[in-house]
Parts: sequence; structure tokens; C-alpha cells
Amino acid sequence: MGEKVGQQSVSFSQPPVITSSAAIVGPEEGAGPLAQYFDWVIDDPLFGEKSWEKAECKMLEESGKLALKKINLQTQDADLFLAGDLLNQIVSANYSARGLEIPFFGLFGACSTFVEAMLLASMLVDGGFARCVLLASSSHHLTAERQFRFPVEQGVQRPATGQWTATASGALVVEAQGDGPRIVCGTIGKVVDMGITDMNNMGAAMAPAAADTLLTHFEDTGTNPDSYDLIVTGDLGKVGQKLLIELLKKRGCDPGDKLRDCGLMFYDTEKQDIHAGGSGCGCSAAVFSGYFYSELKEQRYKNILLMATGALMSPITCQQGESIPAIAHAVVVSS
Amino acid sequence: MVAVKGNIEQQQEQESQREEYRLLVESVKPQHNVLKNCVMAFLVGGTICVIGQLFLDFFISQGMGEREAAAVTAGTMVFLGAFLTGIGVYDQIGKIGGAGSIIPITGFANSIVAPAMEFKREGFLFGVGAKLFTVAGPVLVYGIITSCLVGIIYYLLQ
Amino acid sequence: MLKILLAFVVGGLICVVGQLLMDLTRSSITPAHILVGFVTGGVLLSALGLYQPLVDLAGAGATIPLSGFGHSLAQGAIKAVEEKGLLGAFSGGIESTAVGVAAAVTFGYAFAVLFNPRS
Repeated sequence: MGEKVGQQSVSFSQPPVITSSAAIVGPEEGAGPLAQYFDWVIDDPLFGEKSWEKAECKMLEESGKLALKKINLQTQDADLFLAGDLLNQIVSANYSARGLEIPFFGLFGACSTFVEAMLLASMLVDGGFARCVLLASSSHHLTAERQFRFPVEQGVQRPATGQWTATASGALVVEAQGDGPRIVCGTIGKVVDMGITDMNNMGAAMAPAAADTLLTHFEDTGTNPDSYDLIVTGDLGKVGQKLLIELLKKRGCDPGDKLRDCGLMFYDTEKQDIHAGGSGCGCSAAVFSGYFYSELKEQRYKNILLMATGALMSPITCQQGESIPAIAHAVVVSS
Repeated sequence: MVAVKGNIEQQQEQESQREEYRLLVESVKPQHNVLKNCVMAFLVGGTICVIGQLFLDFFISQGMGEREAAAVTAGTMVFLGAFLTGIGVYDQIGKIGGAGSIIPITGFANSIVAPAMEFKREGFLFGVGAKLFTVAGPVLVYGIITSCLVGIIYYLLQ
Repeated sequence: MLKILLAFVVGGLICVVGQLLMDLTRSSITPAHILVGFVTGGVLLSALGLYQPLVDLAGAGATIPLSGFGHSLAQGAIKAVEEKGLLGAFSGGIESTAVGVAAAVTFGYAFAVLFNPRS
């Protein structure tokens, strides 16, 4: 049985194994530097469906099926499906669970959903409540933009701090036994709000939560940045990453050159017009399931700390002038 | 009393932390290139107005009165803005021109077509019909209210 | 030729004012705020008699920006008050902008139905 460590962390006695992964990405993401690591690059944002919402749902469902299929499992072999996305009432996750017919928990942690799902899946597996968990999260540029910002055909200049919601979906299969990288421990984040109200500067809203979770993780587990090959953040973007480094240094912790950001790795930030970086539930999901999973499997990385951050506002709370609360969850994955 | 005092102190500390963080954010935030944005707004906005002027001159040369020609010009520009939005060009102009593409009446047409087009899948009533006025609604509301007030004040002063 | 140059310069400058408002103020200023601001601003300037000289000078350079829409709302209301009294305050603005508004709704609807979003 696993146990609680320190204030907010958990460690697993029988570290659950990530036995399979799958990632599907959209056209802009397929033009980025990681394209070769993804299972499927779709070039039509509609994915052959009638609406973008349906396309996102299909992407989520297909990535889940693909992850199972790669290790010759059927949907009924999975005990549990954990999924989430950015849309109201997490419809993409709910509707894809309708198709998959696996017992389902819907999750919302904005862009932190993927790591939230990894943490919960590991706890459930290590606790003996499930043997095989399928987890997935997705986002779609066009469904998210119109929910959170402006219609895409409206001639609006995006500020340099704005982030590009990724069209992407990633899925993992977490099992009690098998071959693959293992989830060793994790840290559950607290909601942190430093009073940022600008919906076009999510990096700034999320950086304090990231710093809080990261420092707590080091304290709880007695580790430091040197304990890991890489510290990978979900989607802080250029602005958020700079702020995270500043906040860590202020507390006497220097991450050195260990920091990477999925939102920045996903795209060619020089050539692609994505402003401060990618974001969305699918961002860390696809980059981890595609790139990092295969690198861990090939033993190119021994252990990485994956920490996804989420901004937990809605357009309504923002219109009412509320500041943006944020959260960050972290897991340690060892090859 | 002690507890209350503690709360206030805590609140003040939180406020000062937030303020400190706000300053940090300002210091790392990439700045808008205001000069470049203004030049582009000037060029794009000016060009749209020139196109309007050419139409205006044309309609006047066709024998229309000045007020009538101005109204028809506005209608023509609205048509152009709506058309360019439909074929997916206006958002590209907007990325370059900023306010230069928003403020001319073509930008008003863009703000009408863009949401309506995108919400078509939600039906013709609550999709197209309602979203047509996402931006145009507030513009008409405040424009009409102020013009009514201006009329009333003018009436009272007469 | 001079008329066209003036339309270019004045229209461009009005847009620069909007760009400065967007870039230098709080980030919560959206295009909707700018459009509403320019229409109401146009109505007020016109009522004070400050917008007509600009229209005389620059033609479309002053009428194509949305402040020109505000100008015709205000001038319509004022003219109608002169002709019909108080009733004109309510009818004049809409009457003088009827072509623009009806065109915006009709063409807007038509193109929204006809086309699909590209990106």
C-alpha cells in the first residue's frame, strides 16, 4: 500500500506501470517539432465530424481506444476511465465515455487535468481499487477559443501574453503490473490565487501555483531539482516559465537548466504564431503521451517530474472581475 | 478582538504579497510594440477609409445627394466587411491592423458575421439570430440611448 | 486627390486613437469596448458640434470609422427634433442610420448562413 508523505504528497509501494500511451494532435501541432512522436496528426479541425465539439470528443475517444489497442486490450479490460477537458460540463469526456462504456469518473482541473488523472489512477491502482485504468484528456483550439475568448473569424489581435489552446488529446493505460515507466510518487496541489485577473495572461495566474506545488514536493519528498533529469511543466508558456524561475529563486531554489514546458515544446515558437506558448488539457497530455513516454521507454530519461498547471476560472467569473485561481499537480515518472 | 486583528493583518500581508507579485508580472511581461501597432492601425484604417471615399465620390458622381451617398457608402462597406469575414480574410486583416480594422464600419460588420457564423451549429434562433448581436447589440444600445438623450436635451434647450 | 489623402490621414489617425486606447489601458479592453466607446464618443462630439467640421474636412475618413455612425445618430436626432419636436428625439437617430443597420443585419445574416468558419 502506498502512503502519504509530508504535507501533500503520496508515494506508491508498488509503483503503477504506464503500459501504453497514445496521442492525437491537430494540424498546427502536427506542424511543430514533435510531430513524429504522435500517433495521428489530423489535418482537418473538424475530424470528419459536424461540429468542433464532436471532433474533440472523437479525438478523445480515439486516443483512448488506440492506447488500449496498442497492448491488445479491449475496452472491457479497463476497470476505469478517467478523463476531462476544458468545455462546460466536461462534455468531451462525458460523451466519449458514452462511446467507450467503461466505468467513468469525469475530472476537471483545466490544463492540469492530465496529471490529476495520472495521480488518481496511480492511487486507485496502488490502493487495489482497479487493476487497469485508462486515462485521457483533450482540448481543441476552436471549441475553447469560442467558449473562453472570441470567435476565431473576428479580427482580434491577441496580446503577446496570450496562449494558444492546443488541439490535441493524449491517453495512458495505467496498470498494477506490466512493462513500462512507473509512477513513483506525486504531489497534490492547493488552489493558489495571486490576484491575476487577465484571461490573456494565464501563465502569470498559474506560476504561483506551480511554485507552491514544486517547493512542497521537494520538501515532502526530500528531493531537489538535481534529483530529476527534467522538471516538465504543463503549459506555463514563456511568461509563466519566467515567473516560475523568479518565484523559485526567491525561495532559495534554483531549477538550473532542468525546466521544460510542454506548451513551448509543442510548437516552433519562432515560426508558429502561438504567442506565449500552447495551453489546454491536451497540451501536456499529448506531449507526455507522445514524446516523454517514448523517451522514458527508451531509457533516454531516467526520471522526470511532470507538473501540469490549470487556471480554474470561467468566462463568467472573469467578466465579474474575479481573479483567476490556479492549481498544479505533480507526478514523478521513472523509467 | 485578537482574532479580528489577526485577520486584518493577514489580509494586509496577502494584499502586499499580491501587489509584489503584480509588479513582478509587469516586469517580465513582453511589451506591446505600441509604435508598430499604431503605424499598422494607421495604414490599415486609412486604407479602408480611402476605399470608402472612392465609393462616396462614385455615388455622388452618379447624382446622389450627399447624405444619401454617405448612407449607401456605409451599406457598401458593411457588405464588403461581411463578405471578407465570410471568406476568412478579415481576421487576417485584423491580426495586422488591430484597431485599424476594428473601428471602421467594416469591423462592425466583422463583429456581426464572425460570431453568427461560428454559432450556426447551435441553430438559427439562438445560434445565428442571437449571436449576430454579441457586439452589435451593445453598440446599438449605447449609440441609440445617447442619441435619444442628445435629442431630448436639444429639445429642452430649443 | 487631396480629398482622398485627407480621408486616409484622418481615418488613419482615428484608428490610431483606438489602438492607443487598446495598447495603453487595462488588458480587459476588448474590441466591443472600443466600438461602443467610439459610437458614444461620436454621438457626444457631434452633439457638441465638433464632429461636423471633421466630416467636412475628411469625408469618408470621418464617416467610415464608427464614430461617424455616432455622428449620424446624433445629427439625425437633432434634425428630427427640429422637424417633429420631442418625438424626433426617438425616431431621428434610427432613421438616419437605418441603411447601415439594416445592411449590417441582412448582409451579416446572409454571409453567416452562406459561409463556414475557415480556421
